[in-house]
Amino acid sequence: MLVLFWTDLLIFVLLAAAIAFSVYAYRREHLRAPWRRVGRSRVAMGALVILSAYVAVGLLDSIHYRQELETRTAGGQSQYSNEVLSLFDWMVMPLKTRGEKTYSAPFATHLYAKETVERADGSQQRLYPRLVFGGAQLRDPAERGADIAQRATIGALKGSALWLLVATFVVQAAAWRSGTGFRLLAAEIRGDLTMTRWRAALLTFLVLLVIVFVAAELSSGYHILGTDKVGESVFYQTLKSIRTGLVIGTLTTLVMLPFAILLGIMAGYFGGWVDDVIQYIYTTLNSIPGVLLIAAAVLMLQVYLDNRSAEFASVAERADLRLLFLCLILGVTSWTGLCRYLRGESLKLREIDYVQAATALGVGHFTIIVRHLLPNVMHIVLITVVLDFSGLVLAEAVLSYVQIGVDPTMNSWGNMINSARLEMAREPIVWWSLFAAFLFMFTLVLAANLFSDAVRDAFDPRLRNR
Amino acid sequence: MLLIRGCVTGKRMSGLILQVEGLSTHLGSESEPVQAVDCVSFEVRRGETFALLGESGCGKSMTALTLMRLLPSSGRVVGGAVLFEGQDLLKLSEADMRRVRGGGISMIFQEPMTSLNPVLTVGQQITESLTAHRGLRGGRARSEAMELLQAVGIPDPYQRIYEYPHQLSGGMKQRVMIAIALANEPELLIADEPTTALDVTIQAQVLELMRSLQRDRGMSIMFITHDLGVVAEMADRVAVMYAGQLVEQASRNEFFTEPKHPYSQKLFDSLPDKDKRDRQLYVIEGFVPSLQTEFRGCRFAPRCHRAFDRCRGEEPPRTTVNGRQVFCHLYGGDSLAAEAGPVSTPGRPHGGRIPLASKAALLRIRNMKVHFPIHSGVFRRVAGYVKAVDGINLEIPQGHTLALVGESGCGKTTAGKGILQLIPPTGGSVIFAGQELTTLSHAELRSHRDDMQIIFQDPYSSMNPRMLVGDIISEGLRAQGRAAAPAQLQARIEQLLDQVGLAADSVARYPHEFSGGQRQRISIARALAVDPHLIVCDEPTSALDVSVQAQILNLLKQLQDDLGISFLFITHDISVVAYLAHEVAVMYLGRIVEQGSVEDVLDRPRHPYTQALLSAVPTMDVDSGRDVIRLVGDMPSPSNPPSGCYFHPRCPAAMAICRDRYPALTRLGNGHETRCHLYRADPGA
Repeated sequence: MLVLFWTDLLIFVLLAAAIAFSVYAYRREHLRAPWRRVGRSRVAMGALVILSAYVAVGLLDSIHYRQELETRTAGGQSQYSNEVLSLFDWMVMPLKTRGEKTYSAPFATHLYAKETVERADGSQQRLYPRLVFGGAQLRDPAERGADIAQRATIGALKGSALWLLVATFVVQAAAWRSGTGFRLLAAEIRGDLTMTRWRAALLTFLVLLVIVFVAAELSSGYHILGTDKVGESVFYQTLKSIRTGLVIGTLTTLVMLPFAILLGIMAGYFGGWVDDVIQYIYTTLNSIPGVLLIAAAVLMLQVYLDNRSAEFASVAERADLRLLFLCLILGVTSWTGLCRYLRGESLKLREIDYVQAATALGVGHFTIIVRHLLPNVMHIVLITVVLDFSGLVLAEAVLSYVQIGVDPTMNSWGNMINSARLEMAREPIVWWSLFAAFLFMFTLVLAANLFSDAVRDAFDPRLRNR
Repeated sequence: MLLIRGCVTGKRMSGLILQVEGLSTHLGSESEPVQAVDCVSFEVRRGETFALLGESGCGKSMTALTLMRLLPSSGRVVGGAVLFEGQDLLKLSEADMRRVRGGGISMIFQEPMTSLNPVLTVGQQITESLTAHRGLRGGRARSEAMELLQAVGIPDPYQRIYEYPHQLSGGMKQRVMIAIALANEPELLIADEPTTALDVTIQAQVLELMRSLQRDRGMSIMFITHDLGVVAEMADRVAVMYAGQLVEQASRNEFFTEPKHPYSQKLFDSLPDKDKRDRQLYVIEGFVPSLQTEFRGCRFAPRCHRAFDRCRGEEPPRTTVNGRQVFCHLYGGDSLAAEAGPVSTPGRPHGGRIPLASKAALLRIRNMKVHFPIHSGVFRRVAGYVKAVDGINLEIPQGHTLALVGESGCGKTTAGKGILQLIPPTGGSVIFAGQELTTLSHAELRSHRDDMQIIFQDPYSSMNPRMLVGDIISEGLRAQGRAAAPAQLQARIEQLLDQVGLAADSVARYPHEFSGGQRQRISIARALAVDPHLIVCDEPTSALDVSVQAQILNLLKQLQDDLGISFLFITHDISVVAYLAHEVAVMYLGRIVEQGSVEDVLDRPRHPYTQALLSAVPTMDVDSGRDVIRLVGDMPSPSNPPSGCYFHPRCPAAMAICRDRYPALTRLGNGHETRCHLYRADPGA
């Protein structure tokens, strides 16, 4: 049975909007041109591939369902499991189910804590027991190195093979569309002569596929990023955190945009008392520390949710609602920056000749705003959104660390870092939770930052003639 | 095309300060370079003024930057030599070149507002150069700086050297720029459009200054400009650039009496003036080609009225005729001129003129004021007013053109916007066809918007870059609820495009695909769409090149003849006024000082300001013997106008009464009016 969370719904609305916008932009030269300039940057193309991989995981993780149970009700109706799974869970089911007892290091064959084990002869001994799944296929733990190398090679080969298949298909499709021959286009891409930097994209894609397949291959025999306190795979946790990060980064924007665009343009265009009121609102909002506002809102929401816990079908649903509200409150506190930019730009555009000409032709205020102002400030909106994304992903980590972020039951990098607080104080320390969260978050934020740099440069008219 | 043709003669002459030999500069990528300067050779003699004349984008500024080795990072010199006092500048090390810049050769730029550093005082900026080249420091540098400021005619140099650029007016800043350039007594001064950003009266001051400095110091000046009048005033010799090449070189007298190259001839013909009133202006068809194209033959051939087959296939030879260089097949020696087109095609006379008898005013403006409040303090109390427009009276009859003339900052654009109610007037009345506009509400006004339209100066900012041309033109029709069925709308748009001389397929293109002149045509089509009776033209041609300006002026005149539209033509360009206008109103500091028919005002100006303004306009008559009436200082701020007559602090004929009372209107007959105490108010007034 499909389950639709609020955030799922909004994510798919956002996805639909993004697709609609790209179709719209594709038909219009002035919108297409800057994106084409983005394509000319090798870094941007590489970053785009990485971002797409993250987005793919996030989208797969946003299709939720409840498993049908074997048992049926008395009336013969199907019964569904209480646990909500996602398509992504289904794909990586072994990661989820193959838990250990407690901590184990990456690629370990033994547990990280000593246990009292009863031997065959009845004597008891304290030792590091073998893991249930990690390295269980090895008869002798000493064979581990060879086994890892073998699995990695197989994974790399599989990844390369799939890449070859996909790359051939992509180049073939591109050659067919542009009317050039396959060989010619392939040679151009090899020499990096294409306007859009396909070579950079395809090479990043190769690296990505190899990493994915090596990781998949290794994961079938080991916990490649170790396990946490309750023995859950850290690799699984950090993969699940991707969706949380993306939701915070994108949905917050969705909340913020209407405020920022509407109020910013109105303040700039109308001026006078409208401008005064809007300016006072955002100056006031800006003077309240953001964390304070978020803490107050989240704590109030927590009380509200706790009092009504019976109304939610699952824990996941409750956690999702908290995530949504976190996005809302983050959106409310972060629209002021963009609003200020837009006000300034609208002040400038209001006096520009084509707006004056429209006024002289008797065009109404609303039409002027929609037809003349909005399209001409869109580049600022886009740049801000892309730049804000990485900041919001990081904000989630910070907020969860101080426990006013997402629900503790929800996988998120912030929660992982929060739990790592105790793990780092432990002796010997458990470092892999923090490392895993750091690695995945760092890759995402770096890719987003590199991509947003390219977007900003492409949309900046002052750099256009370089 | 990276091949450099054999244009370097290797001839070295003496007595020259600067000799440029076959200089070629490319910009952009190696594969598709912009050939900004192509095989340019000229020389500058000691003590002379050499003018480089050309339209925008012809490579004249790029030539200057190449000489100074200040090319943008994408630019590179691909051939030629620049000999400055026998030394090839292109071969110097950067350290040696720095000594030449500011020391041997100085440069002044077009925009005085951005050429000075706003956070340094004037004195610091002058001494910077003195310290760098002559090692002067402290008191000695300061006294030298004061002397320089005195030399460029800045009053009170002792005080001025401690002032910041924002405290100076535009003309003053350009003087400071000249002082900096002169600091190390350069042999050669390169002036890149030094007066283009200045008003005519200020331009006259700066040009006079440059002439006297040259006389005193004996330096050479390379003067880059697009203005034929300025060339006539300043130059000893002239070189004309077109599309990256020098097409003609001659002494001033030869050039102005008998231009040889068809392009030069056409430039003269396309200038508007009084004598051409009844005819259309000659136009150079088309526009300047992109310098990225691969040229075959003469670059001017596609626009040339005398082009023949050879021009299109073969690059013309560099011919020297009686010491003049002409880059044209017509003077190729083996007289092929027989094949060429006619020497000149006379401009068609204008069609049936609307009889000027219909004197009933279409637009009547009475005592219109536009004041902008100045807020200050925490509570933004109104501390004063900028009186941009301070009580003007105008009348425009049907089918007439009224020119509103004045220098920048006199309030003429604000007046235009006030008439259109784009800026609500603070006082007075604007009556259009019997309807008072100032009292209408926003909604009522919208339905009257189709009566009056506006055309802006800047063809780049006047159209939304994200709309198709078809949508831009039909915007007014939609707003006025006149958008009929799509087919009819389409037909109407095509008719409008045809009317302004654009192809019908422009509908589905974006503004950035058009040149400046074409964009101005689109603006005109947008204004015409709602069938206005009056169009306010706010300097519609001042951003355009001479050859394109002629096309637009012809179009406007044609539209007036065909449709009987009235124009309020706001401009600072007297020659355009002389060509186009029926009546003229001269504005100074928010008020109209003189008004009347174009013949009366331009030929018999009465107000001292009008007289000074007209005398300051550079003319092409080499020996007109006119006397420039030099005005002292700059226009005062409209927030704090002088007492009495606003013009009295600068007026050469000021009297005691001028300081006390604003003069009353004096009627001089035939609708000619002025406000000046020199002419006693007639008893009937």
